[in-house]
Amino acid sequence: MICIQNENMKGMIEMSVELIARGKVVCARLIGDIDHHTAKQMRNDIDIAVNENDPDELILDFSEVTFMDSSGIGLVMGRYKVMQERGGRLIVAKTPPYISKVMKVSGIGRLAKFAADYELPEKEAEEVVRVETANQ
Amino acid sequence: MKRPINEMKVVFPSLSENERFARVAVSGFLSFIDPALDELADIKTAVSEAVTNAIVHGYHDCIGKIELRVRVYEQGRVYIRISDKGCGIADIKKAMEPMFTTRPQEDRAGLGFAVMQSFMDKVRVTSKVDKGTTVVLEKCVASRRDNG
Repeated sequence: MICIQNENMKGMIEMSVELIARGKVVCARLIGDIDHHTAKQMRNDIDIAVNENDPDELILDFSEVTFMDSSGIGLVMGRYKVMQERGGRLIVAKTPPYISKVMKVSGIGRLAKFAADYELPEKEAEEVVRVETANQ
Repeated sequence: MKRPINEMKVVFPSLSENERFARVAVSGFLSFIDPALDELADIKTAVSEAVTNAIVHGYHDCIGKIELRVRVYEQGRVYIRISDKGCGIADIKKAMEPMFTTRPQEDRAGLGFAVMQSFMDKVRVTSKVDKGTTVVLEKCVASRRDNG
């Protein structure tokens, strides 16, 4: 499991992205405002997680997104392309009504799968606790 | 045209940090008419698109000034003008086509004007190459205040 948090701009919490990799799934929880300024960092973080974990499925969770303009559409389209090239799929999850309205302008609904909710694979046992014993 | 009941103007440099400032400034200014939240969200989104265009395209190779002007008229008519003195747009019709972007490599969807048009009542663009671009956005909002 990896977890990256990126707080943009000195002292001002504007956005962050929480990444969880589990099994063949990477889930990115986007938090805060998505605009041209913040989208850059978000997509870098997501692409790093995708490259490192090679998932079959990328979930973008929008439940904590407070604002989004067409930069967010660009972010979704870009990640759709990335997943398509890798033979995986993209899921856009938990979009608040306002975000859905912005998405609708793009027709991205025809490409990516939208989901009201999702479930992550169970944590693997060895991932939870790893005890190393030095002396027998 | 009648005089506005309230107005404001801010000028700021074309730094991408100011995309947030611009929409927060508009939202703060409009709070006196207490607009419905979904309409305020529409306006903030359109402002964000226009300001981003000025930053990404107008001043693509330099930092310049962006002027944001907001006027509120009777019956909740909101007028917003965003202007830059950047490179201008050679073909406005082309620039306003959905999915058209000069910067696909940066994940720009090319939907800025499409969003402005679908979220506002009126969008007017005037531009002159090497002189700059002005975007006027208008929307009538249902004020939650009786005399707004």
